[in-house]
Amino acid sequence: MSLTNNKIKEKLVEKFGESVFGFEENYELLTFEAPKEINLKVLQFLYDDEELNFQFMTDLCAAHYPDNIGKELAVVYHLHNLKDNIRLRFKVYTSIQKPDVYTATQLFSAANWMERETYDFYGVNFVGHPNLKRILNVDEMDYFPLRKEYPLEDQTRLDKDDEMFGRGGTIV
Amino acid sequence: MYRTTDILTNTPNASLSEAGYMVINVGPQHPATHGVLHLVITLSGETIINVEPHLGYIHRSIEKMCESLTYRQFIYTTSRMDYLSSHINNHCCALSVEKGLQIEIPDRAKYIRIILDELTRLASHQLWWGAMAMDIGAITPFFYAFREREMINDIMEETCGARLTMNYMVPGGVMFDLHPNFQKKVKEFIAFFKSKINEYDEILTGNIIFQNRMKGVGIISKEDAISYGCTGPTARGSGVSCDVRKLYPYEIYNRIEFDEIINNGCDSFARYEVRMQEMKQSLKIIEQLIDNIPEGDFQAKTKTVLKLPKGEFYTRVETARGEFGVYIVSEGGTTPYRIKFRSPGFSNLSALNHMAKGNKIGDLVAIMGSIDLVIPDIDR
Repeated sequence: MSLTNNKIKEKLVEKFGESVFGFEENYELLTFEAPKEINLKVLQFLYDDEELNFQFMTDLCAAHYPDNIGKELAVVYHLHNLKDNIRLRFKVYTSIQKPDVYTATQLFSAANWMERETYDFYGVNFVGHPNLKRILNVDEMDYFPLRKEYPLEDQTRLDKDDEMFGRGGTIV
Repeated sequence: MYRTTDILTNTPNASLSEAGYMVINVGPQHPATHGVLHLVITLSGETIINVEPHLGYIHRSIEKMCESLTYRQFIYTTSRMDYLSSHINNHCCALSVEKGLQIEIPDRAKYIRIILDELTRLASHQLWWGAMAMDIGAITPFFYAFREREMINDIMEETCGARLTMNYMVPGGVMFDLHPNFQKKVKEFIAFFKSKINEYDEILTGNIIFQNRMKGVGIISKEDAISYGCTGPTARGSGVSCDVRKLYPYEIYNRIEFDEIINNGCDSFARYEVRMQEMKQSLKIIEQLIDNIPEGDFQAKTKTVLKLPKGEFYTRVETARGEFGVYIVSEGGTTPYRIKFRSPGFSNLSALNHMAKGNKIGDLVAIMGSIDLVIPDIDR
């Protein structure tokens, strides 16, 4: 375990200066942010550097913060270094009006489907993705369901006539 | 509502026909896809040019549902994801809540959890073994596998009242104490399964027809397995060391002796071998623990209403299919602000096209069997 969170932080700051910020350690997991314009550069550096070697993408997802004006959508990467067995979390924020983020498919094949899923639920437009279409929802859907403006259906509503699901309708 | 894009536009179109390719649809209702998975396969003669999986036929938006459920309630939805590893999924959620609330759980609960996790892994691998053999045309192994799996299901039923969707592991420990028969029954099962596991090898592993179907097909190199984010036996069959139980030991895995099974074969047979060996390791783990379950509480005292502190939590465990992760973003309330489940099957399935390209159509089902797909886990 030669690689530590501090070492990663030092290397990142050395390379990108003040462009990478917001370093914190959440339960031993190093977390940091960068502007969305350089997300690929940061990922490429993490991937290529001989010591860092973050070549395994564990997860990619998004989160929606409606109150965070101008930075409503967060794209979260969870990366893993299999050699030194260390992980980190990397975030970029984007506005909801222009949710363009560069795709990571050239670095990680896993990003292909994960980015499609993120697009499906949050509408993040991954620029350069080879096949950016919905993956879990129907293709005809015209909204992004995991955004916060879409609340879940009220479980107690009575006006809906779907007897097959045991709600509403006339039960004889 | 059917998906017009799936069904209408993917029928053989002019350009593909001109090139001599044929496009066929497998599923979504097909016994070999183990659920509602839809594959659009482009063929040149019998050779696979491209496989495009279409997912989402049983997407239930569990992540959105979880945003309105409390930290005690959301655990139960994960039993409905990977229904063959429901104990392990519940375990992961319980761990993430415990991590956030800094709850130290009693030793007894830890032992119970690990034993049940490993029993679940055994049951899952048994079902995979039987179902995969059936996929490639052997019926008998299915009955062999279910004979032993039934014993595990009986143990589960006695312990937590359910056979599939367990909901037994809760934040702070387990829901209730073990049944008095538990140790006796588990020991009976171990003795019985040990006498039968060689039958598994005799009937299937050594079979030359089976080996011909499995060896040298569905190849994925170590680099590609890493790139596609494969985990679990799928990645370990390609020589990637990725067992979360070894990399990030949770509960008491660091005190237990067991081996991480790695096979460098990179083909379907390597993945098969990994799972077969893993079953033996699971037996070894249970044997070490079953006589030493400490006395004491089975649940730590927790508040009635759980509130996770503001922050982000990521917990991972090793399910029968690979790394299952729970990513919780908490704003300090009683419900998660955002929850993301990293399901192992999703990444493993994304490598299917890579594995199947260039193989014959007849091998596709064998390759899918070797990935061990559970569709509710992929669709969430």
